Amino acid sequence: MSMVKIAEDLARKPTPPKSDVVFDVQDVGVSYDGALAIRDVTMEIYGKQITAIIGPSGCGKSTFIRCFNRMNDLIPGAKVHGKILYHGEDLYDPDVDSVEVRKRIGMVFQKPNPFPKSIYDNVAFGPRVLGWKENVDERVERALRQAALWDEVKDRLKKNALGLSGGQQQRLCIARALATEPEVILMDEPASALDPIATTRIEDLMHDLKREYTILIVTHNMQQAARVADRTAFFSVDLGPEGQRTGILVEYDDTTKIFTQPSDKRTEDYVTGRFG
Amino acid sequence: MKRRRRDVKGAVFQALLLLSLVVAFVTLATLLVDVVRKGAGHLTKRLITDVPSIDPTIAGARPAILATIYLGVLLLLFTVPIGVGTAIYLEEYADRKRWYNRLLELNIQNLAAVPSIVYGILGLAFLVRGLGLGRVLVAGALILTLLVLPTVIIAAREAIRAVPDSIRQAAYALGATQWQVISRQVLPASIPGIATGAILALSRGLGETAPLIMIGAVTYVAFDPSLMSLFTALPIQIYQWVRLPQAEFRELAAAAIIVLLGIVFTLNAAAIWLRNRYQRTW
Repeated sequence: MSMVKIAEDLARKPTPPKSDVVFDVQDVGVSYDGALAIRDVTMEIYGKQITAIIGPSGCGKSTFIRCFNRMNDLIPGAKVHGKILYHGEDLYDPDVDSVEVRKRIGMVFQKPNPFPKSIYDNVAFGPRVLGWKENVDERVERALRQAALWDEVKDRLKKNALGLSGGQQQRLCIARALATEPEVILMDEPASALDPIATTRIEDLMHDLKREYTILIVTHNMQQAARVADRTAFFSVDLGPEGQRTGILVEYDDTTKIFTQPSDKRTEDYVTGRFG
Repeated sequence: MKRRRRDVKGAVFQALLLLSLVVAFVTLATLLVDVVRKGAGHLTKRLITDVPSIDPTIAGARPAILATIYLGVLLLLFTVPIGVGTAIYLEEYADRKRWYNRLLELNIQNLAAVPSIVYGILGLAFLVRGLGLGRVLVAGALILTLLVLPTVIIAAREAIRAVPDSIRQAAYALGATQWQVISRQVLPASIPGIATGAILALSRGLGETAPLIMIGAVTYVAFDPSLMSLFTALPIQIYQWVRLPQAEFRELAAAAIIVLLGIVFTLNAAAIWLRNRYQRTW
């Protein structure tokens, strides 16, 4: 880990403005069959910014990000405690439809996971399940252009998506998420399975998307967080008396501050490479 | 430098494997050659167009061939919806922590191992007599359905389980409902596996004799069968002819075997074609 490199990245970064609060996370915890995976997370996530979540393996980063589109609902035995307010509305209110939540809050996964269908059908899937029958062609083109993939695939939209390279597949997954016109995009280590060039393209893309979307990214790559994120949350593992490992939020601040003047000793140890 | 020792155990093992392959292949080849040599002469148009007769020179197997085709079609119509439905329930909906779902799974595994004659007895008692269907073709198709259903369910479950979870997650994350995830992603992706399983089950069902004899599929039918008529099937026709004293009937049986093998081989070839055509790597 090169601190000089991170410092260079940070020097170019303006201080992010405190824009609208999109998510207000209040005392959120997640348990699997009663065992707490994360607890007591309280933070605000701002609109049209990139918020990175970093931390050592097993600190519950992915578990946490999956709370925002209720993907944890799909895991038997998983339970989310506390509140996540999305523009003031509790995502876990019994009256809230998880399908509606996932339409507005898209997700990109760690490993590119295109459907074994054509490129076109991959992007059109979201609009189709939502019953948007009109202008599907336009929606597909717009999403592919936003994901900087259009020029590479416009002549082979009917070809199977599994024939694309890993980086292209991941941008296709981003396009697929954009096609349902979400407000927020959750990214769970979106570049960890990609080579450096493909990673750079995804990061550039995130910079462009930030103008219109709110992005939450989990990454194990600190340089990536330093390069792309406006704000960074550092999670760590808290060992209980009987050795239970629970993820906690240690520090959440402007990315520059987290990497140059962290207020918590644990954050400092982690970003300077003494731990993790 | 130490010299490389010859791997004797490995060589012996490889030879044994080859030997077992040879045994299987030689058996099949002998059977085929024998059947073709005996039956080729009787493989005439008459076999397909004429009804059985006590005179081997004019006897055909038309009713049996037709009934076997009807049985096959009904078998697919009955087993595929029920089998795939059961598989979807067990794989996508059933909570394994519930005792009744585990019981269900255990039962399906066991049913696959029940001898076919037992299904025949069930068919006789329940369908033919209990429901009063009589010794008709539909009763035969239903009994074959019960017989091959566990195989179809198991194959369909394997196919559904082979669809990676990442596909389901991606679909859910786009706002799909559970039914949309299953109908638009999971099922289309598992069609090759389901089709292969269904066709293999079909060829097994068409070769069955015991349960059909049990429910009273008669051996002499001189008319084209319908769904609610008495019937015979190719395996039963073959069995009947082989038992007769005249040598010509045994040759006729050989010809009928060639027809049955032809049907089964065609189905298996279709299964292999389907698998290769739609094969995916994730």
